Amino acid sequence: MNAVIEEHHDHDHKPSGIGRWLFSTNHKDIGSMYLWFAFIMFFVGGSLALIIRAELFQPGMQIVEPDFFNQLTTLHGLIMVFGVIMPAFVGLANWQLPMMIGAPDMALPRMNNWSFWLLPAAFGLLLSSLAMSLMGMGAAPNFGWTFYAPLSTTYGPSSTDFFIFSVHLMGISSVMGAINVIATIMNMRAPGMNYMKMPIFVWTWFITAYLLIAVMPVLAGVVTMMLTDRHFGTSFFDAAGGGDPVLFQHIFWFFGHPEVYIMILPAFGIISQIVPTFSRKPLFGYSSMVYATASIAFLSFIVWAHHMFTTGMPVAGELFFMYSTMLIAVPTGVKVFNWVSTMWKGSLTFETPMLFAIAFIFLFTMGGFTGLMLCIVPADFQYHDTYFVVAHFHYVLVTGAAFSIMAAVYYWIPKWTGHMYDEKLGKLHFWLTVISSNVLFFPMHFVGLAGMPRRIPDYALQFTEFNQIATVGAFVFGFSQLIFLYVVIKCVRGGKKASSEVWEGARGLEFDLPSPAPFHSHTTPPQVK
Amino acid sequence: MNTQPKPEHQPTQQPDNRQLIRRLLLLVVMMFGFGYALVPLYDVFCDITGLNGKTGDRVVLNKQQVVDETRLVKVVFLASLNDSMPWSFKPEQSFIEVHPGKPTTINYIAKNISDKNLTGQAVPSVAPGLAAAYFQKTECFCFTQQELKPGEEKIMPVTFIVDSQLPQKMNELILSYTFFTSKQQDRNSSASLALSLHNQDQKL
Repeated sequence: MNAVIEEHHDHDHKPSGIGRWLFSTNHKDIGSMYLWFAFIMFFVGGSLALIIRAELFQPGMQIVEPDFFNQLTTLHGLIMVFGVIMPAFVGLANWQLPMMIGAPDMALPRMNNWSFWLLPAAFGLLLSSLAMSLMGMGAAPNFGWTFYAPLSTTYGPSSTDFFIFSVHLMGISSVMGAINVIATIMNMRAPGMNYMKMPIFVWTWFITAYLLIAVMPVLAGVVTMMLTDRHFGTSFFDAAGGGDPVLFQHIFWFFGHPEVYIMILPAFGIISQIVPTFSRKPLFGYSSMVYATASIAFLSFIVWAHHMFTTGMPVAGELFFMYSTMLIAVPTGVKVFNWVSTMWKGSLTFETPMLFAIAFIFLFTMGGFTGLMLCIVPADFQYHDTYFVVAHFHYVLVTGAAFSIMAAVYYWIPKWTGHMYDEKLGKLHFWLTVISSNVLFFPMHFVGLAGMPRRIPDYALQFTEFNQIATVGAFVFGFSQLIFLYVVIKCVRGGKKASSEVWEGARGLEFDLPSPAPFHSHTTPPQVK
Repeated sequence: MNTQPKPEHQPTQQPDNRQLIRRLLLLVVMMFGFGYALVPLYDVFCDITGLNGKTGDRVVLNKQQVVDETRLVKVVFLASLNDSMPWSFKPEQSFIEVHPGKPTTINYIAKNISDKNLTGQAVPSVAPGLAAAYFQKTECFCFTQQELKPGEEKIMPVTFIVDSQLPQKMNELILSYTFFTSKQQDRNSSASLALSLHNQDQKL
């Protein structure tokens, strides 16, 4: 506890040793821990993906048993969603929000500490099930990251309970993080910074935090229902007792669809910060960006059943969810056109963050288009549960969300460390990543359209070549990320000094601070005109 | 104790934060409750719209029900068992052609082929789902749980009426029953937890 109190006494003093991290209430230290946690989980989840791709290199069973394959796809999905994308965005929010709105720290620093330290506990619990599975003590969760009942209730392995409590912990962590973000943004903005003067990244996180508060409790509810169905005799999802397994899908996707926007709205914010900097122009259509983000958030609550077109919904329901889903393309299109208009006639330079941002705009839009294809009901009956869906959500989550996180790290790391990263290695990382991710995910469209189902360890012979191409892409993509790790470590340890502005044309309160940013951000609030 | 002045806006923020946190936590609790509220909402929604193929409660014979002699509707009967329930279960006839509005009784036959007492619950479903609203049962073995002793065979009647309002385009209905091992038997019904269990007697 000493360390916590001391921090407030002396602004330059950092508590030393492990206590600095365990008891940290500093938004930068907690942000770093979130980012490192996400980075480690990225490699864990990525390793699982590489085993999956290695198994799929040839038809027939090569490396793993089918049941273990199911555990791999389940844990890969859970880790990437809850352990990589979400913590990485929270880490970025921790680092950037106080600096961008002119606050000294987050509004609720001790809760901030708690919400981080719940995550290692949650993932320790989840990954222990994998460890037990490897030691032959029963399967890890093997029902897919969507854990549909009855696969996860009647037929779930014993480790499902580990999974349930781990989801509870992640949910508490996310909700506390979201409360913190909202309190920070609403109460700690610098004088003069009204809502419509906030940077877009702050806006997108503000809306994301509300989405988190709205849907993480629903997720907690659905896993609690699973728990009572499994052990306490309720029948929420069991037809024998008057329940309905399809109800599970409705509740899950009521959480699940806003969840996918939780994973992309902060990405929109990041791109909206980076593109203007390297175009040396202000963001085109600031207020339309804000309204578009809010509309996407609203629409996310009324489209959930487009994940369930093949459950036997009536035509009226299918039409409603199809049209409401198509409507999302409108605000998303507004954003894409705004980014392109921002670049229009700008004096562009292509440093690594900008390269990732442009790749994001292009590849995320492709993922958006395949999403539009999937939302067309009659077509979806063909695409449902095929590799086409896998291609779609990897385009929006890997070349979308993950690219935006990489862009953000390259963009702000000089501010965090005080050193420029190695631009040559950064560009090498970018080109390897962008090419290999397309080699990896693009063929999945073709095998999906040709009918290869997802979540299977074996496949028909005619899909072999495209799967082999994808596997080659996967390994190049995976190992390219080691370059990223090296660039980050190298930048933390030293390098060319970064100026306080870092980038020519960078705007925002965070660039008024010296590089590296001081331990406490804006100790006296800046005046925003 | 503090050598540097505290940021000026800090002290005034505290009460604001507390109120905001209270409101946000209330929202969290409400959304948790909303997740649970979706369970009855879902049932109500299916009830009103007749989606999901869930058939309604027991109906009392309606005197105004006119028999439409000009139409014949084919009703197909299916029977299935959940998991590895050790019963045999089948309809006496695989289909029947009825005039809408006319009460009809058919039988299902169930036999316990295991060596212990078993209680089962049959769950009905009608396809196409939208026809469920026009399919009324006055008597059904699915209204109550069925207990069978080892080797016991039971004839289980269903009396139903296909509503004469049935849309013209629907000429064939499928009535299917799935028998589940009763949960109450396994768990000796802890009534307090049986949030959705209480539905079953009224609904099925």
